[in-house]
Formats: sequence, C-alpha cells, structure tokens
Amino acid sequence: MARIELRNLGHQYAPGGDYALQPMQHVWEDGGAYALLGPSGCGKTTLLNIISGLVAPSEGQVMFDETDVTHTRTEDRNIGQVFQFPVIYDTMSVFDNLAFPLRNRRMDEAYVSQRVQHIATMLGLEGALNRRAKNLTADAKQKISLGRGLVREDVSAVLFDEPLTVIDPHLKWQLRRKLREIHEQLALTLVYVTHDQTEALTFADKVAVMLAGQVLQLGTPQELFERPAHTFVGYFIGSPGMNFMECTVDGSQAIVDGEHITVDPAMAEAARQHGGSLQLGIRPGLIRAAGEGESGHRVQVHSVEDLGDYQLVTGYLGNHRVHVRLDESEKIGSDGLQVVFPTENALLYADDRLVG
Amino acid sequence: MDKTEYQKAWFMVLPVLVLVAFTAIIPLMTVVNYSIQDILGRSAFFVGGDWFRETLQNPQLQAALGRQFFFSFTILAIQVPLGIGIALLMPKKGWQASAVLILIAMPLLIPWNVVGSIWQIFTRGDIGLAGYTLNNVLGVSYNITRSSLDAWVTIILMDVWHWTPLIALLCYSGLRAIPEAYYQAARIDRASRWAIFRYIELPKLTNVLVIGVLLRFMHSFMIYAEPFVLTGGGPGSSTTFLSQTLTTMAVAQQDLGPSAAFSIIYFLIVLAVSYVFYVTIMNMQKERLADVGGGK
Repeated sequence: MARIELRNLGHQYAPGGDYALQPMQHVWEDGGAYALLGPSGCGKTTLLNIISGLVAPSEGQVMFDETDVTHTRTEDRNIGQVFQFPVIYDTMSVFDNLAFPLRNRRMDEAYVSQRVQHIATMLGLEGALNRRAKNLTADAKQKISLGRGLVREDVSAVLFDEPLTVIDPHLKWQLRRKLREIHEQLALTLVYVTHDQTEALTFADKVAVMLAGQVLQLGTPQELFERPAHTFVGYFIGSPGMNFMECTVDGSQAIVDGEHITVDPAMAEAARQHGGSLQLGIRPGLIRAAGEGESGHRVQVHSVEDLGDYQLVTGYLGNHRVHVRLDESEKIGSDGLQVVFPTENALLYADDRLVG
Repeated sequence: MDKTEYQKAWFMVLPVLVLVAFTAIIPLMTVVNYSIQDILGRSAFFVGGDWFRETLQNPQLQAALGRQFFFSFTILAIQVPLGIGIALLMPKKGWQASAVLILIAMPLLIPWNVVGSIWQIFTRGDIGLAGYTLNNVLGVSYNITRSSLDAWVTIILMDVWHWTPLIALLCYSGLRAIPEAYYQAARIDRASRWAIFRYIELPKLTNVLVIGVLLRFMHSFMIYAEPFVLTGGGPGSSTTFLSQTLTTMAVAQQDLGPSAAFSIIYFLIVLAVSYVFYVTIMNMQKERLADVGGGK
C-alpha cells in the first residue's frame, strides 16, 4: 500500500514533440480509489503506464511513499494490474494462477495456499479453484487478474485499465460492486482508467478528468458535478452535460441574449477582472421551474423527453439551446417554460475555466 | 423456436458431395479396385485380401516402414524445438524482422528435386563444399554413397534445413499474436523467462504447433524426391523410404495389385498417426491440469 505522488510529471513520446502528458503535480493518498476519466487519446493510459513502469516519463518523478520509482522496473514496483481484456495463464488452474505471483517470489507453500484461499473467498472464486482458468467466463477471468494483484499483501497499488470492456452489461455492476467491497476491506490504493463516467463516478472517491494530456480537475464525484473546474468537465460529466451559454457580466448579473441572470457577486467580479470569453454554466437538473407569481426566464420549448421519473426539456433561452431536467409532475405550458437559475448554481467560466 | 421440417434441404449438400466424389472418392476407388482384384488387361479376378496379406508380410516393405517412422520422428524431434527456438530469437519489428523473415523462408521456396541436387553436389567428396572440407581439410571420412550413417545424417540435415523454417514461421506468427498485456502481466507477477515461455508462449502456440506437426509428419512420411536424388535409396537400401519402395513396386515392377493394397495401407497409416497426434496434443493440456491438481 502506498501513497502515489506525481512530481512535475510530464511525458513527450518524442523529444520536443507534443506533450502526451502536460507536466502535472498530484498526490494520490494511500488507500484512495482514484479514477482517470477522459475520452480516448487524452493520455490516461499513458499516465497509467507511467505508474506501472511500462513507460518512463520524459520529465518529473513518480514517488511511491518516499521512494522514487521513476526508473524502477515494473517487476520491482510491486503493483497489480487488471487489463482491458482478461490476462490469465491458460494452462493453469485458478489456484495456480492466483498462487503464481507468490510462488515466483519464493513464498512458503503453506502461506501461498492460505493466501490464495483468502483472496479467492473474497472474490467469490472459492468454488472454481481447481478449474482450468481458460474455461471460465470473462468476468471470472478478470477477477483472477485482480486476484493476482491482491494475493500480495504488500502490493503498492492496483491499476485498472478499462477492466469492464469485455464484461456483459448485466455483470458490470456486480463486478464494480465487488471492486468497491474489496477496496473497503483492504484499503488499497486503486487507480482506475475509464472513458465511462458512470464507472468512474461509482467506483472512485476521487476522479481525475483528463483532456489532451492534462488533468482538468481532480475531485470527488460531487465536486465534479456541482463545481466543474472546466467547461469540458461540465460537459463530459452528467447526462446530458452542463448548459453553457456565452454571456457578458454587468454588476452581479450575467446577461445572456438580453436575459439578466443573477450570479454570485464575488464570482461576477472575478469574471470581470479576468475578461476573455465568458460563459454561464448551469446543470440541467439545477434549473427549476418558476413558481406561481415568481418571475423567471422564458425558455422556448423545443422537445420534451419523458425519462421515467423525470422529464428532459430541450429548449431555447434566446438563441441558446438549454436542457432542463424537471420533475415528472411539472406541467409544461404550450407557450414555453418559465425557469429560475438559482444563484448558487449558476457558475461563470472565463476562457473555459471556472472563475472565483 | 420451432424447427421447420424441410427434407429437401438435403439436396443443398449435393454439390459438395459431387465435388468430393470427383476429387477424393472416385480416384481412391480405382486403387481399391486394384487392391482386391487381380487385373490383367480386360480380365479381372477377385482375390479378396490376398494382396493385403502379401504386402503386410513383405520384409522389404516392413523394413522401409520402420525406416520411415524413424525418419519422421527424428525430424519432428529436431524441427519442432528448433523451429520454436528460432521463432523466439527472430527480431520483432523493423527492417531486421523483414530481412530475417525472407532469409528464413528461402529454403521453403526451393523445389524438392533441386534441394536433393543441391545437397548431392554439396556433399560430394571431389567438388562439394561439405564433402571436400570434411574429407580433405578436417580429415573426417565422409561418403554418403558408402556409409549408411553418413547418408542418414545428411538426409536428416537436409530435411531440417529445408523444413524447419516452416515451423519457425508458423511459431513466429503465433508469437506475434500474443497481446503485449500478457508479457506485462508476467513482469508484474515476476515470472522468469522460462515461466513466460512455459505458461504464456507455449500454450498460445499450441494451435499453430498442431498444424505444424501434422504438416511436417504428413510431408516427411511421404518424402520421395529429396532422398531419391541425394542417395537413390542407398547405400544398399538403407535410405529407401516408403514412397520409393512403392514406386519401384508399381512403376518398375508393374505389381499393380500389391501396390494398390500397399497404397491403401500407407494412406491409412498417415491418417491414423495424424489423428493420434491431433488428439494427443489437444488432450495434453487437460492432462497437465490433472498433474497440477489445484496445487494442494
């Protein structure tokens, strides 16, 4: 178990070329569950490979606790890794698969047996120990991959590279729950790479959202949802993503196509100081319908989707397309919808970054 | 889902049946005809299993069969491990990979007769590089027309040279198909180089090795042109293999009945041994697990 620290870590595949990873500074606490979330090509796998030792970073250091492992070989880093597709030793039994890392480290056979039993029980593989690993289902094989990391009591961290890619949808949530369970029992440092926000948000305590080799925001799922630090985070997380509308700021008001929306005065001040291109951002679910006699902004309704316990309205505020998520019980009049943008939920972005 | 009964669908199989009849069954039936009858011109007598009995008791054929098995198993025992070894050493990318691939594949492109001729000249004591060097430079007495040991060693070397590349290329393609993640996982698990070979590479090569072993067995069991050109079956009959014996019987002596019977036996042996190979290799992995017994 270890705390992972990335010190000024950056990577260029070719010297002088583009950064696959922009230099970054992060500390991942011991026992935390972290997810790296981002679209393909954002550098999340590169970052994972740097942590696992497959790729040596062109600058900066990787620290496991107080040890600099930047140039330590994968073999000596003491990590576990689960890959996109199951990697198992075909000819071995499940037991031998799990025992393999321990036997390679010349552990006592009695200890190996006890450890394998323990981990197999934890993973729900105890019934399959004598079976050939090759004949198991994809999710069981992924558990074996995971188990080979977990059998080592001193494993520094377990890395996951989109581990649910080949798992049947109905088994995905089971395996994800298993991962959570194991994380709670063993308090291991886990790093999970995915492009699926549901996986990232349900798995991790903290999610790093990445784009073009940069970590845009590292935060709890709630922080990412409530206060996205970057427009991309707002757009990428949540379904549908956050509404962004170009605006100007006057006093503590953001003006979107002539509509005056009240925002936090301090934030408005900061936005004015910053200048640049300003946007007002708000989550579809945090916009509410105006009550009786309350003054609101008129949203011209384009379409309404009924999604079970809520309805999703797509409409226009001036020329800006907005999504509004409303309770099932809300009535939508034919002349449009009067909505309120609560001050605490209306955020201002200058050049794509949250101000204030 | 209910299955619809539609017996006419059987007719759909007809084209394949006709094709197989013309390519396999009808030519084979001619041989069957000759093997159970004594055919001379227009007259034919049914002889039953006489030709088969005669063939099986023929000491010349028995000896040739023994030599044939010895030859096939020897070259397999050399070519399979050697081919795997070469494949493991071949460069994985860049121009070196292409260059090595072409160099290795070269012997495969040479026609059988030419291979025989090349080695025949190569081993001649007067003008051959190997023959001359061995006899006159190293002082080793070497003559494939006099010593049957020399002849055997040379034929086996020739076959290894000609056909190991096939195994090597098959294994190379098999090795290239193993995803990088397996090697990475092995590093994480601190597997030794031997363990990587034993538990990752070899199991993933099983399928190409089945093809390789079957092809090499069938090929080598039917070998004809190369030893015929190199040694002509000699000295004596020490390197006379089955095909050559059969050709002598059928073409030179015109013993069509026994030749036909022998052809069928020959065919059945190849079929049976190939089948045994296939089943054994496929079962090997299952048995291996039983040995391990869950490790307790």
